[in-house]
Amino acid sequence: MQERLKQKAIQLLENGTVDRILGWKTGEFFYDLTPAVFTTREQIEKDFVFNVFSGANLSKYLIAESRKGGKIAAFIKPCDSYSFQQLLKEHRIWRDNVFVVGVQCDGMCDAAKLGDGVLSVKEDGENLIVETLYGEKTVAKADALADRCASCKSKKIVIFDELIGEQGEETENDRFGEVARLEAMTPEERYEFWRGELSRCIRCNACRNVCPACSCEKCVFDNANSGVRNKAAADSFEENMFHIIRAFHVTGRCTDCGECSRVCPQNIPLHLLNRKMIKDINELYGEYQAGADMDTKPPLTNYTVDDCEPSIVHERGGL
Amino acid sequence: MKKIAISQLNTLFAAIAARKTLYIPADDGAGSAKFTVWQEGVTLTDKLNTVRSAKDLFFPQVENLVNFKVEGTKIDIVENRDAAEPFVVFGVRACDCASFDILDRVFLSDPVDTFYQTRRENGVVITLACSRPAETCFCGVFGIDAANPAGDITCWMDGESLYWRANTKKGEQLTAALDLADCDGSAVTAQQEATREILKKLPLNSLDLSDFKDQKLLDVFNSPKWAQLSESCLGCGTCTFVCPTCQCYDVQDFDNGREVRRFRCWDSCMYSDFTMMAHGTNRPTQKERFRQRFMHKLVYFPNNNEGIFGCVGCGRCLQKCPIHMNIVKVAKALKEELK
Repeated sequence: MQERLKQKAIQLLENGTVDRILGWKTGEFFYDLTPAVFTTREQIEKDFVFNVFSGANLSKYLIAESRKGGKIAAFIKPCDSYSFQQLLKEHRIWRDNVFVVGVQCDGMCDAAKLGDGVLSVKEDGENLIVETLYGEKTVAKADALADRCASCKSKKIVIFDELIGEQGEETENDRFGEVARLEAMTPEERYEFWRGELSRCIRCNACRNVCPACSCEKCVFDNANSGVRNKAAADSFEENMFHIIRAFHVTGRCTDCGECSRVCPQNIPLHLLNRKMIKDINELYGEYQAGADMDTKPPLTNYTVDDCEPSIVHERGGL
Repeated sequence: MKKIAISQLNTLFAAIAARKTLYIPADDGAGSAKFTVWQEGVTLTDKLNTVRSAKDLFFPQVENLVNFKVEGTKIDIVENRDAAEPFVVFGVRACDCASFDILDRVFLSDPVDTFYQTRRENGVVITLACSRPAETCFCGVFGIDAANPAGDITCWMDGESLYWRANTKKGEQLTAALDLADCDGSAVTAQQEATREILKKLPLNSLDLSDFKDQKLLDVFNSPKWAQLSESCLGCGTCTFVCPTCQCYDVQDFDNGREVRRFRCWDSCMYSDFTMMAHGTNRPTQKERFRQRFMHKLVYFPNNNEGIFGCVGCGRCLQKCPIHMNIVKVAKALKEELK
């Protein structure tokens, strides 16, 4: 697959379709890839990588890249394509300046699942041959699969100019299973669960900054003039509140790409907050998948006479 | 050299905790480790290192500086700094211990930061030698020996025993109060030799930073490479917050109209409002912010501190950066420029 992507990148550059390529750049090891813009054949041949660690969603970079003039080609995986289309829907990406190469994906791996001292990784069919400081071992890709990919919602590339690999379909998945487990808890248990998870937050803002739905040019929390900028928490609930508010803020726009949980240095399962909102929307307003198309109106910004009344909170057991 | 059986570790921790608050690296329940106040039931992690560094115990993320209380035309100044209780931190790795030398240069030079100074004086540092480093470790680049860390007390651990060596007066005082058996150093020497064999194999330990020591400040600063290196930086503060040597902070006020609580909190050069001044910001894009972090560690700090780099090679930024950009990649890219 990597070779096909490289050839495509070189072709698009050399036939003048685009003048830049957005992809993933090689690192010190096999797993530490960095999103990067390539402008020459030499750079692509030397540094372009597509492997099981190309997990980073490139869509958000296109907000800035599409405004730089010229045209950029971006390699977009199925779940990234939902983010890309959602950003288009929000008029955040200048579509004319982007050439989307859809890339099919078999699921990305999580380097943390490979164990200690990983020096290099070779893909070998369904396995990864892992060379470590402490010897070589074979790890099944399935065992190293990133959690978000284990409950992949779709192999469908919802928007593209050209496709590499087969088009896929929405998949059967259990992505709301964990949410249902939390819903089954008593309010006290749930409160304890989230207090425990969110208490680890160091407020690095990685979740916010990587999130394609968090695309404000200046976040209110970074703005000294907003009166609510807070580099330090006033009390131990403030970080908790930040994440809850952020989940509300992206509701209806979050495509469930899972980048928030991927980048969290403290392994907080932030995606569960977003999935709860998605699950509620599905139950209250009918099935809705952000980014799936350009036409449907997001339930929370679209009034219909059938919308549930505020009393639904009471009916569902809330106070 | 002293030792105690691993099976007695809990007894040892209890004995220390009976005298002073004891922090040990323990599992955080989410696959990582963090420095945790020891109490019955808290056990030592088998993780190599904590996500948050030992710096946090000396330079916490947030701390109170002073309160101002306003009544009519009267303003009372109320001291409200945290009670600085004596503590012991066990299990500090060689890299984190070396970071204290760097922080000391900042906070203990004139004007002395008394908040930090008090914690340094009150803290006893017990280091734990590494025997199973990660591929992201490169403390050797900075002359740090992971098999022989500094600290008030140095420990080594094998399957059966914890070996213990007091290095300072503080360390000797604590040692005298504990029930430890005498032993020779042969087991430690054997472990050190084995560890050093692994350290030799670490791919990043051979990084050569000597080019940055010369006065090439402007060459580095003006390098066209910064644009490319920083282009996918998210501008989050992960690297700075997990870094044991990052030391920048902001001072802010909570003001409720009657009382002002002045506090300081970590700041990050990666943030858009970092060192915001009256005229605005001098680092308008992520390129300048990103450059600042690495210039500080690789150029400014050594230029002002006898060639000592502002990095200890703990590898946390390599592991935690969401886009895997880090000081090793930056240094390697810039080195090409300096040739």
